[in-house]
Amino acid sequence: MLEAFVTGLSNGLIYAVVAVGLALIWGITDVINFAHGDFLMLGMYAAYWMFTLGHVDPTLAAPIAACALGFVGFLAYALIIRPLQRGPVMIVILATFGLGLVLRQLAFIFFSPDYRNLPDTWLSGGIRLAGVSLGRPQVVTGLVSLVVIGVLFVLVYRTRWGSALQAVAEDRQAASLVGIASDRVNAQVWMLGSAMVGLAGALLTTFFYVFPSVGAVFGLLSFVAVAMGGFGSLPGAFLSGILIGVIEAMTGYLIAPAFKTASVFVAFLLVLWYRPRGLFGRW
Amino acid sequence: MSRTGAAVLALAVVLLAAFPLVVGDPFYQQVVVMMLMYGALGAAWNLVGGFLGRVSFGHAVFLGLGAYTTLLLLRTHVTPWLGIPVGGLVAAAIAFVVGRPTLRLSGHYFAMATLALLAMTHVLVVNWSWAGGAVGLEAPIANNAWLLLFRSRAPYYWIAFVLALFTLCATFALARAKAGYYWRAINGDEAAARSLGVPADRYKMLAFALSAALTGAWGGFYSIYIGFIDPDSAFNLTLSIQIVLVAILGGVGTIIGPWLGAALLIPLAEGTRIAMGGSGSGLDLLLYGLAIILVSLFLPSGLVTLRLRRGAARR
Amino acid sequence: MALLDVRQLTRRFGGVVANRDVTFGVDAGEIVAIIGPNGAGKTTLFNCLAGHDAPTSGSVRFDGAELVGRTPEAIATLGLMRTFQVPRSFAAMTVQENVMVGALLRQPGVAAAEREARRVLEAVGLGDRGMARAGALSVAGQKRLELARVLATSPRLLLLDEVAGGLNPTETLELVEILRAIHARGVTLVIVEHVLEVVMRLAHRILVLDFGQLIASGTPEEVVRHPAVIEAYLGRKRRA
Repeated sequence: MLEAFVTGLSNGLIYAVVAVGLALIWGITDVINFAHGDFLMLGMYAAYWMFTLGHVDPTLAAPIAACALGFVGFLAYALIIRPLQRGPVMIVILATFGLGLVLRQLAFIFFSPDYRNLPDTWLSGGIRLAGVSLGRPQVVTGLVSLVVIGVLFVLVYRTRWGSALQAVAEDRQAASLVGIASDRVNAQVWMLGSAMVGLAGALLTTFFYVFPSVGAVFGLLSFVAVAMGGFGSLPGAFLSGILIGVIEAMTGYLIAPAFKTASVFVAFLLVLWYRPRGLFGRW
Repeated sequence: MSRTGAAVLALAVVLLAAFPLVVGDPFYQQVVVMMLMYGALGAAWNLVGGFLGRVSFGHAVFLGLGAYTTLLLLRTHVTPWLGIPVGGLVAAAIAFVVGRPTLRLSGHYFAMATLALLAMTHVLVVNWSWAGGAVGLEAPIANNAWLLLFRSRAPYYWIAFVLALFTLCATFALARAKAGYYWRAINGDEAAARSLGVPADRYKMLAFALSAALTGAWGGFYSIYIGFIDPDSAFNLTLSIQIVLVAILGGVGTIIGPWLGAALLIPLAEGTRIAMGGSGSGLDLLLYGLAIILVSLFLPSGLVTLRLRRGAARR
Repeated sequence: MALLDVRQLTRRFGGVVANRDVTFGVDAGEIVAIIGPNGAGKTTLFNCLAGHDAPTSGSVRFDGAELVGRTPEAIATLGLMRTFQVPRSFAAMTVQENVMVGALLRQPGVAAAEREARRVLEAVGLGDRGMARAGALSVAGQKRLELARVLATSPRLLLLDEVAGGLNPTETLELVEILRAIHARGVTLVIVEHVLEVVMRLAHRILVLDFGQLIASGTPEEVVRHPAVIEAYLGRKRRA
């Protein structure tokens, strides 16, 4: 059972990275990025092709994938999100749905629907920690995720840039009155959130199959994580991501694998029952 | 509604009524049936999402509930003439139960909660073997008007047409009744509405239940039209989002909007699917996704604005 | 028996006591003004009376019925209505539709509500703005809309929160006439006001709130001479 728990933790860390990236975008620009899961998918393919064609190990490819996805995020913001900012918020969200669909289909067309996975990389193999055996890729991915989130928290909570971010999240108009260019902050946030998810995707390839619609479940779970943690709360998204990983794994172990994802939704609805704003939501 | 608006609507109704008499090709009839269905689903969704302003991403859950109810009743030899309305009632009952805790959630949380409900129900039904589990349920093949089963597709067109007309009239009437005003007030400022005596909780529940009932009834129709239902097609996230798409791209909070949205999106989806999707190339969905992005960018307030922009007087 | 009977109303926010043991009564047909420096607890009082907030202790009776614990909509149905200091119109609806929402409380149908809405809009001087979007009105217009909206509910008692704020002299005089007309139709008025001109012209009685407590109560002439009132306003170098 401890093994299930630890697996859940390491999965949870990945969910957490994806969720925090989404929470950033959601919290600052108020857009539910329906293409978020598909950004993850792109990160995965980026790492896959870098390895298959260039023999670049995923751990090295990860930062490159992050930059690539950061650029994709910037494009998405500049071409789609920004023009729609003044309209009803729902249209923006639906536009991201369209974007996700487009990305998924492009992957389908250019990369075929085949499930792909990477053969052994230098990460492969297992470790034994406290009597529990784990895959080395999972552990490394989990640790890198932790580091990335840590760096992000330092950025957001301890730097001037981070304060500007929080100001925009709090009150956009007031922030612009003190000279914070919210448009630039929006773009930066989209870049950062997408970069995080690109990095997570690259690392995921070390132990997860790559295929065009791989982003769907991750995307959905990251939405739930952000909502469960509470909008506007990055720590909430982080915690919820981990919680979701653990709940999933424990349900699979204690009850049945068929109910893994369902239990996450049940937990989510229960949280909302007692805390209508999520665990740490501010609004 | 303006004179020209009413005239155009009447013309559209007549044309749609006459359609299968003129066009016998079952493919085109199917496209129009799907158009009518999505238009109606969008209109039903609009009661909660447009007027009340609570976006629901998981609305397909009511569709699925209605579909399963109708087919399960059909298996026990209850005719869909009864099964479809009962499907609507079951959906409304479930809405009543889940509405209580979810309607007090604010916008984003409500949207996510409906998603969670949809996903949960999907898993529950997959594991419910009496309802067919992952395999689903089939409607028997027969030519029996009493059981609403036909070999030819034409009668289904008429049923869809009548249901669509009913949905249109129902949403129209509701929008102009006390409920419509109260819903829009709650959407505008719930606290201010309450201070004017609006029983907000009751009306939110009303919108939710009515929307669910209409959606559930259409689910019943859907199940006998397709002749088969399984968890993946009934509790389908894409379908759920498609309902939202149709309503929003058409013009959120308007009566005509969803029908316009369906009139554009459904033929586009079906057309690209036939033209390009047959070989499994995925181009059809690619174009569909691009179309969504483009319509969003150029008509951010929905297709309805096309009409309003052409110099029509402001309301 | 007083129409509105407030006894020992106290509202605490953690360590801050916004209202302390406020006790007063309002008879049917009276016009009572509540004045006091900023931060005296006037809006908190209104929130407690109208059900938007729950008092920490005390009781509020309206025509004999206890209001504490009831929802705002239940209290509204009893005939006690309030306006908001910052107007909260239904911005996306037209002016007339806004008022109809109010009218629908008592009118038997949408058509009747529409007629009542038009009548009320004429009475407050917004008769020609009926088709405008509520969000497009000026602040003064929105305040009139707030007034029209609650009027359409055929209220018995109106709690008006600073309806005269931000008006020029002409508008202020118009407002006084409108309020007089409303009162003449049998509505009891309880108004929170900073604009003393309105208070002096209309009020039968004035209650003075300072730091959450009632420090004076009486006719306008009595209150302006009351030493505690003078100190509250002038002693702390504040302008009413």
